[in-house]
Amino acid sequence: MQVPEVPKEIPRIEDPGIDQRLEEISLEEVERVIVETLDKEAAARLKVYLETCVHCGLCSEGCHYFLSHDKDPRYAPVSKVKQTLWEMARRKGKVDKEFLRNAARIAFLECGACRRCSMYCPFGIDIAYMTMLVRRIFHKLKMVPQNLQDTVNSHSVTMNQMWVQQDEWIDTLQWQEEETRDEYPAARIPLEKEGAEIMYSVIGPEPKILAQLLGNISLIMTAAGYDWTMPATDGWDNSNMAMYSGDFEIMARVEKLHWETAQRLRVKRVVMGECGHAFRGAVYDGPRWLGWTEPPIPMVHAIEFYYELLKEGRIKVREKYKKPVTIQDPCNTVRGRGLGDKLRYIMDMLCEDFRDVNPNQEHNYCCGAGGGLINCGPNWKKVRMWGNRVKAEQLEATGAQIVCTPCHNCHSGIEDIIGHYKLGMHVKFISEILVEVMEKP
Amino acid sequence: MYDFISGPLVWVAFLVFFGGLLYKFVTTYAAARREKVVLPTFSLKHGLRSLAHWVIPFRNRNTRLRPIFTLVSFGFHTCLLVTPLFLMAHNVLWRRAFGVSLPSIPDPLADVMTVIVILGGAFFFARRIAVPVVRYVSDWKDFVLLLVAVAPFVTGFLSTHQVLPGEKLLILHIVTGVAWLVIIPFTRIVHMLWYPFTRAFMGSEFGAVRHARDW
Repeated sequence: MQVPEVPKEIPRIEDPGIDQRLEEISLEEVERVIVETLDKEAAARLKVYLETCVHCGLCSEGCHYFLSHDKDPRYAPVSKVKQTLWEMARRKGKVDKEFLRNAARIAFLECGACRRCSMYCPFGIDIAYMTMLVRRIFHKLKMVPQNLQDTVNSHSVTMNQMWVQQDEWIDTLQWQEEETRDEYPAARIPLEKEGAEIMYSVIGPEPKILAQLLGNISLIMTAAGYDWTMPATDGWDNSNMAMYSGDFEIMARVEKLHWETAQRLRVKRVVMGECGHAFRGAVYDGPRWLGWTEPPIPMVHAIEFYYELLKEGRIKVREKYKKPVTIQDPCNTVRGRGLGDKLRYIMDMLCEDFRDVNPNQEHNYCCGAGGGLINCGPNWKKVRMWGNRVKAEQLEATGAQIVCTPCHNCHSGIEDIIGHYKLGMHVKFISEILVEVMEKP
Repeated sequence: MYDFISGPLVWVAFLVFFGGLLYKFVTTYAAARREKVVLPTFSLKHGLRSLAHWVIPFRNRNTRLRPIFTLVSFGFHTCLLVTPLFLMAHNVLWRRAFGVSLPSIPDPLADVMTVIVILGGAFFFARRIAVPVVRYVSDWKDFVLLLVAVAPFVTGFLSTHQVLPGEKLLILHIVTGVAWLVIIPFTRIVHMLWYPFTRAFMGSEFGAVRHARDW
């Protein structure tokens, strides 16, 4: 492992989404938006959290940014709130542009809302909630990192994250079905099958840049004998970057279409691919904004699904994976759904040499890519890398060659960390390992 | 002077203390109802489960990572709450005024507990200066609050042991005690009221909603 040098002061990173907006915006508008958001959209929780925090600093241990920056006080969760919400609330919105530039960097790039800090605060204060509140303010100020806003624009126009047009979507599915049938003639990707048991939904990047994963699931579903389908219409994308830019209205529109699509197909449950934030958006954040306590149809994360497959013996392992494997506990599926045990069951079933990380399960460190971080763009990559040395150390300590990442953001984030810190490892999704070791009838 | 301080002023102190806490609770509850997600999230079982893992030391990861802080903090808070309630001198006053009182602890024990509070307070004060991240997020109010919280214990200890003869220390003790009570609802010491609710909320968020553990 190599540790490239980290500057004491983060250099100013250019981002037109923030820089240009800072030039145009008036301080009156800033004041108005901040006051309006804090008064109308945040009430009891913000008030209680700000009153209850006794400035003890115990949350600092929870944050990989703090630990990776050698305990620089500015990176503790409470410090992030101090540099954003405390000032905004105290000054009643009368903040200046340099403050805003700094606060934007903190809220969008130096906190991924992974919620690890809430497990270290004795009061259980939801610091991630406060980061999201700051992002909400920035969204309303129209000051969002450009790449992230472009992704949200894509959601708004095409209802998916990657500007995939409807005909491209269908073409990609049919292409992957064809490819898979070369090896396994019975494989199918049934489209628009009403009344199927399962609707499989994927995240935006899959048809665009990871199409082989669609082929994988076709093989797995057919081998396991499930009655499944995929939509041919918009509403196939379960990802939701609007959730992370503070654009809760678009977030809700995307989730609404996703659930309406599942309802249109009258499926019993929705199984989703390996993504973390998509689960959070579809099962928690989206429904809440829509006024539901839970989604209309149960959603099953890939981890739960593969667990079910293996436990029920629907798929048998031909020969276990030989290389030493470790895992990433994605925040949104482990802290966000308690799926750590099931993930380990899968690893034990598929791998001969599985090595756990430490700290693990709910205490695992964030990958530094989720929470909208990586979507802010390559210009911000160094900030993410500098903030996650502990992740590299954690992975290196396992001695593994492969990191299994059941989440798209974690996959990219860990890949970046492996590259930046020269760990010499590779990342794989569960489905990639499964397809290699499974018995194909 | 003593009659006023130990009479009407104490009434004012308790009225402001209870009244203030009630006001805070009622207004926050109303705000929580408006913020539709909050109240439906609470789950008694998961809230209590989380509280059990945080009220008992070393049942969560952070206390295990910080054993000294944990012991000092638990010692400080326990003694802070127990001493004023079960001190014999206080119970005598209650009995005289209303005919009822709580059971009392022996005075030597109360002495030890008072000293623990004072030393704990000194530890927190030093920590707020010495530990960089704590210093970064502290302001003058944090230091003043700590002094106000510990002052009744200092003056009480000195008064009981008659370090200065006469009533002066006793009057100072009552005045600092009154100050302690009236600031609670209106400063960060209100964490005493909110602690079980924020903990139960996070326990419910993690436990009931997300099927995960928050310790």
